[in-house]
Amino acid sequence: MQGEFEFSAWVPALPEIFLALASMALLVAGAFIGNKGTRVVCYAALWSIAVTALILIGRDWGRSLVPGGMFVMDSFAGLTKLMILAGLFAVVAMSIRYLHQEQINRFEFPVLVMFAGLGMMLMVSANDMLSLYVALELQSLALYVLAAFHRDTAYSAEAGIKYFVLGAISSGMLLFGISLIYGFAGSTNFDMIAHRLEDMEAIRLPILVGLVFVLVGLAFKISAVPFHMWTPDVYQGAPTAVTTLFALVPKVAAMALLIRVLFGPFAAMAPDWGQIVTLLAVASMIVGAFAALGQENIKRLMAFSSISHMGYALIGVIVADEGGVGSVMLYLLIYMVMTAGVFAVILSMRRDNLAVESIGDLAGLARTRPFVAFAMAALLFSMAGVPPLAGFFGKFFIFVEAVDAGYYVLAVLGVLTSVVAAYYYLRIVKVMFFDESAEPFDPNKSLSGRAVLFVAALFVLTFIAWPQPVISIAYDASKALFIQ
Amino acid sequence: MELLAVFSPLAGFLIAFLFGRQVGDKGAQFVTCAGVIVAAIASVVLFSQVNLADAPYSRVLSEWIVAGDFVANWGLRIDQLSVVMMCVVNVVSACVHIYSIGYMSHDEHKARFFAYLSLFTFAMLMLVSADNLIQLFFGWEGVGLTSYLLIGFWNHRHSANAAANKAFVVNRVGDFGFVLGIFSIFLLFDSVQFETIFELAPQMAGVQLEFLGITGPALTIIGLLLFVGAVAKSAQLGLHTWLPDAMEGPTPVSALIHAATMVTAGVFLVARFSPLYEYAPEALMVICVAGGLTAFVAATIGMTQFDIKRVIAYSTMSQLGYMFFALGVSAYGAAMFHLVTHAFFKALLFLGAGSVIHAMSDEQDMRRMGGIWKHVPATYVMMWVGALALAGMPFFAGFYSKDIVLEAAWADHTWFGMFAFWMGIAAAFMTAFYSWRLILMTFHGRQRADEKVMAHIHESPNVMLMPLVVLAVGSIMAGSAFYGGFVGSPSDEVVMRDGQAYVSAWNKEHFWGESLHVLPQNDTVEAAHHVPLWVKALPVVVGLFGIFCAYVFYLWREGLPERLAGALRPVHQLFYRKWYFDELYDLLFVRGSWSLGLVFSKKGDGGIDRFGPDGFALVTWKIGALLRRMQTGYVFHYALVMMIGLIGIVSWLVIRSGGVVAP
Repeated sequence: MQGEFEFSAWVPALPEIFLALASMALLVAGAFIGNKGTRVVCYAALWSIAVTALILIGRDWGRSLVPGGMFVMDSFAGLTKLMILAGLFAVVAMSIRYLHQEQINRFEFPVLVMFAGLGMMLMVSANDMLSLYVALELQSLALYVLAAFHRDTAYSAEAGIKYFVLGAISSGMLLFGISLIYGFAGSTNFDMIAHRLEDMEAIRLPILVGLVFVLVGLAFKISAVPFHMWTPDVYQGAPTAVTTLFALVPKVAAMALLIRVLFGPFAAMAPDWGQIVTLLAVASMIVGAFAALGQENIKRLMAFSSISHMGYALIGVIVADEGGVGSVMLYLLIYMVMTAGVFAVILSMRRDNLAVESIGDLAGLARTRPFVAFAMAALLFSMAGVPPLAGFFGKFFIFVEAVDAGYYVLAVLGVLTSVVAAYYYLRIVKVMFFDESAEPFDPNKSLSGRAVLFVAALFVLTFIAWPQPVISIAYDASKALFIQ
Repeated sequence: MELLAVFSPLAGFLIAFLFGRQVGDKGAQFVTCAGVIVAAIASVVLFSQVNLADAPYSRVLSEWIVAGDFVANWGLRIDQLSVVMMCVVNVVSACVHIYSIGYMSHDEHKARFFAYLSLFTFAMLMLVSADNLIQLFFGWEGVGLTSYLLIGFWNHRHSANAAANKAFVVNRVGDFGFVLGIFSIFLLFDSVQFETIFELAPQMAGVQLEFLGITGPALTIIGLLLFVGAVAKSAQLGLHTWLPDAMEGPTPVSALIHAATMVTAGVFLVARFSPLYEYAPEALMVICVAGGLTAFVAATIGMTQFDIKRVIAYSTMSQLGYMFFALGVSAYGAAMFHLVTHAFFKALLFLGAGSVIHAMSDEQDMRRMGGIWKHVPATYVMMWVGALALAGMPFFAGFYSKDIVLEAAWADHTWFGMFAFWMGIAAAFMTAFYSWRLILMTFHGRQRADEKVMAHIHESPNVMLMPLVVLAVGSIMAGSAFYGGFVGSPSDEVVMRDGQAYVSAWNKEHFWGESLHVLPQNDTVEAAHHVPLWVKALPVVVGLFGIFCAYVFYLWREGLPERLAGALRPVHQLFYRKWYFDELYDLLFVRGSWSLGLVFSKKGDGGIDRFGPDGFALVTWKIGALLRRMQTGYVFHYALVMMIGLIGIVSWLVIRSGGVVAP
């Protein structure tokens, strides 16, 4: 990092720089305006996110490093960041009314979401163990606070504390792993580590142990079993808007980071880490399918659902080639859209101005709110992987990659667990369509919520008609990881 | 044209079924009737194009199943045989559709009824126009399904549901044989296309095939397996028990499905496979004997029944027996001829009976009818026409077709041909007898219905009578008009024109073309034209005698039937109880399966579900509960699980790599 400061060298990080400046500006502005200006800050946040996305789209997505080699920009990072920004945008847009209804409309919310988003964007561009760690902590700290955002309720506070304590443990493991790797490889830079690993067979095992610790830290973030235990409690306890965020964005960012770490510095050790990831994937699929069976709380159910979805996505990682990563990216994209739609419905579940979140509350939705029920049913069928909806293709490409690479057992397990998972998705459909009508929900005034639901339902229903653009976007992005 | 003939009923079905509520009852009736009438007109046009001009063709609509060597297409085989069937199906179906507008006027679910009728018509058309076995089977199952739906149409009646189930289950037995037949054909010919099968059949005459450990001539085995399917569909002896019960359905259904069309699918199947059966004489022998027995047994039962529809149902079964023994002596043209004439007069009889039932406030027992002919004159005349045709009285349709069938059986000069001939003669006597028994009990004699019914009695509306007229014209004309084409010998048709001998095109060789295949030495239809006079006259004589007996028994000497039944008590019981087939099957199959089913189906804790579906579900649920219990909510538990996970992974990796950590 010698030499003079040259702005042009930092251009690859322009979106992040803009987002950071915007977040800090909004923080200051919020501090002056106070909580009555929350709505304004929210809209400003939406604009900032949109502009960040525009800057990102306008940039060249070819591989480039910033000075010091801590930050890398390539098409893989580009696509992931775009997905992150879209997720943030949807979350903030849907939250405005929710914050007001729950009387937690404090201006810190959008600012924290933006800081978390900044952390995630930096994460997927990390090219050094240190930038990885700092970025991860930035997003985690913001998320800890967000989990406890509704601090007056015991659930939210409990969720925040649990997430924080367990997150701290996982951070500790991550740091320990990083220090082991640094100790044996002599560098924290991804490229350097990869270079060292080529030469020295002797340091393989200690580095592998270090990698396990790093993996555990990341597995915690994507809530892969057995590092998933926080997920149901936090999903349930956190305010629904925050749960939406948790389900949509950090999962994708952490999965992208995991992929970058595994296919960057440790690509040569694929057979070794493949086994660990296999264990995580299998355990996630099984626990995600079975533990959700008796859940009555829909947010808790979605927690297990996300666990099982991460399990499927990990299968694509195990395949460890371009196609495998491409199928993961496709899966994540479809997962995000479906989840956004489902949470749009959950956010609209209010009765007598109180949020309700039990599955039984959806009873008879088909009669009181036919369009919402139909869209929700489409999304749930899609999550269950029923053709011809989008969710089917997500799973289909994952399984195709697995079978092509000879991982028959994984593919079969995936199909079997998705059968079990189908039960709890379809149970919601059954409740909505066949059970005695419960009291109708309060009218849903949130335009953004309805828009998200509409777009998500439209996406899963019509994906089959034009699948190729989406598929090629996902597969093209994954190529960036394999040209060195 | 062929698309119009086959697919317009499907269009009618789709509109009536999917949009029944939107278009309303009237709309549904209109579209379905329009669809079938269009199809009927189109098939008559096809008849003139294909049969009269001898120009069969086939076309492939689209691929259906392609798997390795196995290819099955959606195709239409428009040859003479299928066009004849299409005409029969569409014309009768059109009559029945229109008739139903009146008959079902009091029903609440008209749209559904008409949709089913049209679906049936489409399935039947698929069956007869298929160019491969798989498509034929599609139609075969399609008619089975719609038959099931329509028998059980009045599903609030327990007996209707039971009859529908019975029809379905009995037909499964036949379908099983049929499917095995298809398998064996694919095994032998490597194809399910008719074209290929018929071409290769002569070469396969000597091939042996092992089936159930028995090695026999392949074509005979295939022929018998296909015949098993035909037996069930066409209610031949053994698998016939569903047909009388099927009378639980609305009467138009009985007329269309259980008299005119679906039950003749078996006859069509054998005729379609004539190029194969010609090389399987043993199979033909079995068909002939089975047909003869059916004709006789069904007629005996028909004499003793009192339900007006059941009498006609047994009559149908008996007439189907005629068709089968005609097939059995290679007289395919004669069988098809009888099929066509029978379709007309039997549909006429059924619809006439429906008219009577409609007039008598849904009364079906002939013991509570009688003396009503003045009240329903038009129906009465129609029933006379139908009965005359059924009894084979001269110049009515049945006369020509029944005679040629019996003559062909006699002309075969084999023992089974003779057997069938005498069975047929006996059945002809009984046919005439029960036909007039029906007429006399229903329309003549004392009025046995109660006052309320008599007060309400009325002639049917025109919408019901018009189809009867169309069918009556068919019943009178079809025989004389089509005799030359269906069975006429080329040598008989030499006409002198312009001083030259000239062979008219109106003969069986020209009419059927390649669609029916008869070996020269088996051409019994040809031989039938040269039988002694007494053979030709005998059916009419016994028929007249049967009518005479009916008058004696039921009009001039009342009480005679009871005394005779008393005198011949065992025989009468045998006939009246339908030869105890139902009781026998009940004892042999139904009770056993029923108790076995009870063992497995126990609700609650017992039964097989405990191990299968319920068992899996329970285990799944228990795993879920276990995992939920692990989610205690305590942070230190969560942390512990993470630690265990981490330590587990690290130890496993270290152990696997030999346990040496060299710095």
